[in-house]
Amino acid sequence: MIEVKNLYKSYDGEFVLNDVSARFEQGKCNLIIGRSGSGKTVLLKSIAGLLEVDEGEIWYNDHKFSHLDTNAKQHIRKEMGVLFQGAALFDSLTVEENVLFPLDMLTSQNKKEKLDRINFCLERVKVSGSNSLYPAELSGGMRKRVAIARAIALNPRYLLCDEPNSGLDPETGIVIDNLIRELTEEFNMTTIVNSHDMNSVLEIGDKIIFIYQGCKCWEGTRQEILQTNNEALNNFVFATNMAKQIKNQ
Amino acid sequence: MKLLAQIGRYFLLMKRAFSRPEKFSVLYRQTMREMEKTGINSFSIVVIISLFVGAVITIQTNYNIENPLLPNYLIGVTVRDSLLLEFSSTMVALILAGKVGSSIASELGMMRVTEQIDAMEVMGINSASYLILPKMIATVLFFPVLCLLSIIVGLAGGYFSCVLGDVIPPSDFIEGIQYGFRPYYISYALTKTAFYAFIITSVSSYFGYYVVGGAVEVGKSSTRAVVQSSILILMANLILTRTILQ
Repeated sequence: MIEVKNLYKSYDGEFVLNDVSARFEQGKCNLIIGRSGSGKTVLLKSIAGLLEVDEGEIWYNDHKFSHLDTNAKQHIRKEMGVLFQGAALFDSLTVEENVLFPLDMLTSQNKKEKLDRINFCLERVKVSGSNSLYPAELSGGMRKRVAIARAIALNPRYLLCDEPNSGLDPETGIVIDNLIRELTEEFNMTTIVNSHDMNSVLEIGDKIIFIYQGCKCWEGTRQEILQTNNEALNNFVFATNMAKQIKNQ
Repeated sequence: MKLLAQIGRYFLLMKRAFSRPEKFSVLYRQTMREMEKTGINSFSIVVIISLFVGAVITIQTNYNIENPLLPNYLIGVTVRDSLLLEFSSTMVALILAGKVGSSIASELGMMRVTEQIDAMEVMGINSASYLILPKMIATVLFFPVLCLLSIIVGLAGGYFSCVLGDVIPPSDFIEGIQYGFRPYYISYALTKTAFYAFIITSVSSYFGYYVVGGAVEVGKSSTRAVVQSSILILMANLILTRTILQ
């Protein structure tokens, strides 16, 4: 479980996060949604510890992450898998070396154990056979899959995904979404997904938090989101004229 | 104030870079890779430049001291001392600041803007130590080798200009480079080069590591890294020369 309490973050006196509190359940896909520039990525990066918040608390189970020193944070980070918007694969390393990287740096496994784990992770995300390719030789969807394989290499307890299907076609996007959901259930992880893609919301959103102008504006499930009266959320969810007509019917 | 903040941030980055690495086997492997990337791959540029500069210094020295009262071997002495005291350490360092410094800054800058450094950090890996420390060790150990190479090739360039260009008899040149030789000059050149290697790597890493923005900013930081490294090399040259040769 990850919990954030009363988070504030500002740049040049302007609040990007304004008193955001939320609880992200274990074994579920927790979605943070909102318009571009609403503060989703800042929230996710704050949760990952990549940004320091001005005020507030971030809890990973019983650990108050936001108030830990660097060494203690490192321990929790080793239980964290993060999927970045652009995949953030290491350009100079092959697919296999990318997945090997966390195993090499943070475990004392022998060569065979590492290789078995790499192959398991790559098979799990269905990119086996591309071990010797470099990230530049992969398609967008494959990069995301390899990034997921790297993120799960250490059996993380927490999976944070920043717009996992951005730049992908809707079909590939859904495949990536479903993969995230399957892995969340399989490894019983606490998963947080940042998205502004309604396909993702309706496909995997067990719990959804809507961020609007830096504030948490709504919270619910994917069933509830279609019936809400929240105006800002309705404008976001039913953005097209066609969707608005369907909603009104 | 901004300059002070930058200096402070530079030293904080150095502190992180010099903290205990995650695994020494990984540090060793990375250092070997960096030696190849920053050192061995610079062989050709150092050889080409040193060869021609050695030849040119020989011709120019001969042109300037064409006096029947001065012995020919003095040209060899001048070329040797020019290479040992200044060219093979400082000038080669300035060239390497352009080649290696810009490469380091743009590599780290691209890693920053594509979130690769963030990816390391969230894994719980000290990215500064993983990325910067091997580069430091590799350059501090390998640039002195390049300096030695430059001295040898520069002298060879001078010799060839004597043989091919008929500047002075080659035997006089050989006599000159041996005359009054002080081995201390070599350790002086190597010491300076090690300092320059540290400046080039740390300053370029600093500018690359803290890039904010996109490709344009990466390019700017790369240019800034070369300019700042070059200025610091020249300042360090003055300080080291005053300190070591006093």
